[in-house]
Amino acid sequence: MRKLLSYLARCKGRMFAGFVLKIAGSVAELFLPLIMAHMIDDVVPTRSVLALSLWSAGMFLVAVIAWAGNVVANRFASKVARDTTERLRADLFSKTLGLSARQTDEATLPSLVSRLSTDTYNVHTMLGMVQRMGVRAPILLIGGVALTFTVDPVLALVLLVTVPFLALVSAFVAKKGVGLYTRLQESMDKMVRKVRDDHTGIRVIKALSKTDRESRSFAAVNDEIVRNETRASVITGVTNPVMTAVLNIGMTAVIFIGAYRVAADRVQVGDLLAFTSFFTVMLNAVIAVGRIFVEISRGSASARRIAAVLDLPPELLPEEGEPDESGAYIRFDGVTFSYRGAPALENISFSIKKGESLGIIGATGSGKSTLVSLLLRFYDPDCGAVYIGGKDVRSYGKEELSKKFGVVFQNDFLMAASVRENIDFERGLADEEVERAAEYARAEKFIAAHEGFGGMLTARGSNFSGGQKQRLLIARALAASPEILVLDDSSSALDYKTDALLRKTLFENLPDTTVVLIAQRISSVRFADHILVLDGGKMVGFGTDEELMRSCDEYRRIYRSQHGEGGEEDA
Amino acid sequence: MPKIEYLPPAPKGAPVSGQNRRAVAARLVRYYMLYKWQVAAAFLLMLGSNLFALLGPWLSGEAIDAIGAEGGVQFALVGKYCLLMAFFYLFSAGFSYILSVLMIRLSQRIVRKMRQDVFDKILALPVGDLDRIAAGDLINRISYDISTVNASLSNDVLQAATGIITIVGAFVGMVAISPALLGVFSVTIPVSVVITVVRSKSMRPLFRKRSAKLAELNGFSEEMLSGLNTIRAYGREEEIYGKFCEKNTESADAYYRADYIGSLIGPSVNFVNNFGTVLISTAGAFFYLYGMISVGNISSFLLYARRFSGPVNEFANILGEIQSALAAAERVFRLLDRPSEQADAPGAKELKDVRGDVRFDHVRFGYDEGEDIIKDLSFRAEAGQTIAIVGPTGAGKTTLVNLMMRFYDPRGGRILLDGEDIRNYTRKSLRAAFTMVLQDTWLFEGTVFENIAYGREGASPAEVRRVAEEAHISDFIEGLPKGYGTYLTDGGALSKGQKQLMTIARAMLSPAKLLILDEATSNVDTRTELLIRDAMGRLMRGKTCFVIAHRLTTVRNADLILVVKDGDIVERGRHEELLARKGFYSEIYSAQFE
Repeated sequence: MRKLLSYLARCKGRMFAGFVLKIAGSVAELFLPLIMAHMIDDVVPTRSVLALSLWSAGMFLVAVIAWAGNVVANRFASKVARDTTERLRADLFSKTLGLSARQTDEATLPSLVSRLSTDTYNVHTMLGMVQRMGVRAPILLIGGVALTFTVDPVLALVLLVTVPFLALVSAFVAKKGVGLYTRLQESMDKMVRKVRDDHTGIRVIKALSKTDRESRSFAAVNDEIVRNETRASVITGVTNPVMTAVLNIGMTAVIFIGAYRVAADRVQVGDLLAFTSFFTVMLNAVIAVGRIFVEISRGSASARRIAAVLDLPPELLPEEGEPDESGAYIRFDGVTFSYRGAPALENISFSIKKGESLGIIGATGSGKSTLVSLLLRFYDPDCGAVYIGGKDVRSYGKEELSKKFGVVFQNDFLMAASVRENIDFERGLADEEVERAAEYARAEKFIAAHEGFGGMLTARGSNFSGGQKQRLLIARALAASPEILVLDDSSSALDYKTDALLRKTLFENLPDTTVVLIAQRISSVRFADHILVLDGGKMVGFGTDEELMRSCDEYRRIYRSQHGEGGEEDA
Repeated sequence: MPKIEYLPPAPKGAPVSGQNRRAVAARLVRYYMLYKWQVAAAFLLMLGSNLFALLGPWLSGEAIDAIGAEGGVQFALVGKYCLLMAFFYLFSAGFSYILSVLMIRLSQRIVRKMRQDVFDKILALPVGDLDRIAAGDLINRISYDISTVNASLSNDVLQAATGIITIVGAFVGMVAISPALLGVFSVTIPVSVVITVVRSKSMRPLFRKRSAKLAELNGFSEEMLSGLNTIRAYGREEEIYGKFCEKNTESADAYYRADYIGSLIGPSVNFVNNFGTVLISTAGAFFYLYGMISVGNISSFLLYARRFSGPVNEFANILGEIQSALAAAERVFRLLDRPSEQADAPGAKELKDVRGDVRFDHVRFGYDEGEDIIKDLSFRAEAGQTIAIVGPTGAGKTTLVNLMMRFYDPRGGRILLDGEDIRNYTRKSLRAAFTMVLQDTWLFEGTVFENIAYGREGASPAEVRRVAEEAHISDFIEGLPKGYGTYLTDGGALSKGQKQLMTIARAMLSPAKLLILDEATSNVDTRTELLIRDAMGRLMRGKTCFVIAHRLTTVRNADLILVVKDGDIVERGRHEELLARKGFYSEIYSAQFE
């Protein structure tokens, strides 16, 4: 909530103006019953038609003021809500993009997505409503009570007694509501996750005829939402009837005690009329308060979730680092890294020169991808250092570091955009660069067959085959002529022939590019200048194909299994 | 930049706008009618609550007149009226609370059903269709849109109904008190009605635009966050943020326009009400002047007039809300109306006692009309054989799987299983005959155990452990902090290869007679692959297997190799025969050692 207020603070001028106008408009409305009481009690006895007409003209004028004040104030309110939400959402998105990989893992993607969508929406609704009705309703309430004092203090006191009750109910509901709505939002997260999961895995679900089971497990999540939402709504639903009842009873008391006041000649009957009118105005305000409370509870629960992300400390900022004097282009120096407490890499040290190629091979889970994550500085190592071009990666600016890379990850990301946009990837590359990259990646043929570079990809590129997707990704990686090209298992969906041709093109056309190649097949890495063999997070071999064939058991075993020359486990 | 359509197009021949709105509303009513007893109870409660509340102004007027009576205050009467007021107000409040609880439960039921319908629809859509819808769009509909509908169902409908009763009741009250004053007051009624109607008409397109823009924005964030690592690696945060800001501004503007116009209604109608108060006060004062009306009556009349205007004012708001709810409901219904996977053919049989004999008979297929990926494919896989399908990328290998499992149906020719066209079997039983390990490994949020046990209903822990061992993933799993109970979340600590092994273990649980390996082994490194092949060898025994792999070591033992190129089978035979032929197969084979 504090976070939200700091965002609102930037609109304080307009908010204040709107506030003042709203007060003016609402107060004007409150004067209507007063004028009326005056007309009945004081003007009517004079039997002056002119005076009556003038007073009614005055009333009309006051009504116009109320209208104008409210209209302009509402416009301001909408504007403030719009601007604040826009900024909040933009900052949240920007913050989300800037989170470290560790932070993203912890928050989980679906939750981040729903914070960006549902939660910002809730805040938007709340901001508009609170400014429009949240200001008006208390003014009508408090102003109503205040003005009644001018009519008769004793009766006003009776009405005043109701205010603490109203406040108590509000406070109770607000307090309960926020917690309940937070829980509701959490169960909504679960639902979002479920939908995402099943959207991705639909083929497996259908293949295993699990639609019934999925439907049932969704029902469980659905039930949880229903439970939480019912609880939250029932609590907030208390507001309206209770507040209305309190106010109505207060009004009854006013009339009852008013009878004694009139008998004692302290008030006139017209004053009672004013009281009943104030009372209706206040009643309408109270009904509005009931609705506002639902929005506030929901909205502040959402604001909290948003603030939780915005308040995450920035990680992976550039820091001072020792320079590396070894003259190597990429160097890992005693790097150890654990992922959520589980050791992933242990004491990795190696170096390669500019323009050389590095192949990384090893069993599943041996830490190949983790090594690349450290090179890209998605994570910082627990100890040791990673150097690129003689500088610790921690001392690079973000942009400076990422400019060096062209990367293809496992199951990498394609957007629902044109082929060209997917290759360019927002880097503003020239058409020739994009086309040349496609050619290098041997993608030009199927691109041409697929409506050319302007042809659209569907979400996740599902209108292209696995191999085609990989070639588009490779084209993306090549397009900006990177200094370092990282290919993480990016030829797994390519057949041997395509893979081999691709490799040839890379080595022939990009001699200055340092290539880091993670592969499953020995044939994809054996041409590399250096091959790093990983086993269970440890480095068990580093050298050329020839050297490793001589010295590295693990490498030989992989070779044998691949080329079918009597691998020992081959039954 | 070309526009990406997040909203799937409306089904052909769908009615437009006004008619459509009525259709949408009618469908919502049908959801209500599922719970007609609750609706009836709610109606009675509402009636009671409002009628009691409406007695208040009349009683208070009587009380005021008893106070202002000629010859002093009549305390006994005042007391009687006040007691009655207190009584009715309390009852009214009690009813109204029960009513709101009832309505919340009712609307929650409806919404639960709707969510479930949407989710079941997602599961029922043809796979090809679902491929084309962004996950973000689905999420948007099932969360934001349905929530909007819910808010409307529980609040607006109740308020609208309350409003109608109040209006009628207040009108009756006013007529009873002073038809003359009502005549004066009624000047304002048409004005407020016109304002409400005109405004709501102009707001509908604004609300629709607001929903659409928001959906687009949410779809965009969902998509971009799914590619977060890539964006980071290329340092494209600024640019993506820039694009987001564009959409964000559009969405905020659309919201603002709808919001702003909507927020004009309240004060305007309020003004009309205040204007009404002015008229009544003035006229009332004159009537009073000439002794035509008592102060108590003016009071009652004013209260009724306010009661009367209150809902008219609210109506404007409610109409706005209902507009946005209808727009949201329309988007939900549009998804629900998309055709599901074709129903099974009439008289479709349960596939039982599968032998596993598969025949493709002149199959022709393309994902888009007129673009055939498979032109004329015929081959036969006898029960228990292993068929390897090899060929360059994009040659249509994955498509074969899509066809066999009936994710798609061929455009020409037929596929026979055990001598019968697969279209004559129920989809469920047909798919149950297959087990598969797909190129895209799929694990869901849940424990490791749940993910593996997914392969067969009611698999025991012992069985799960056995297959995990066979898939050579048990060591890894047992090394996890919570072993089989480890909870897997998005982007969890599993590598792609480990995920692959888990899905293989899952497939091992299935008793199916047909096995499909879609480039599955190619994602596991070669050493693990070797271990898997050993396990797979046992698994494959007695099954008809279709292996789509580039590992020639894997296909060497195949009974039949189909070499696919440009959608047709260009060569077929066993490994040695094909090598000897020195054709396309030997060409791609030698590329491995190039």
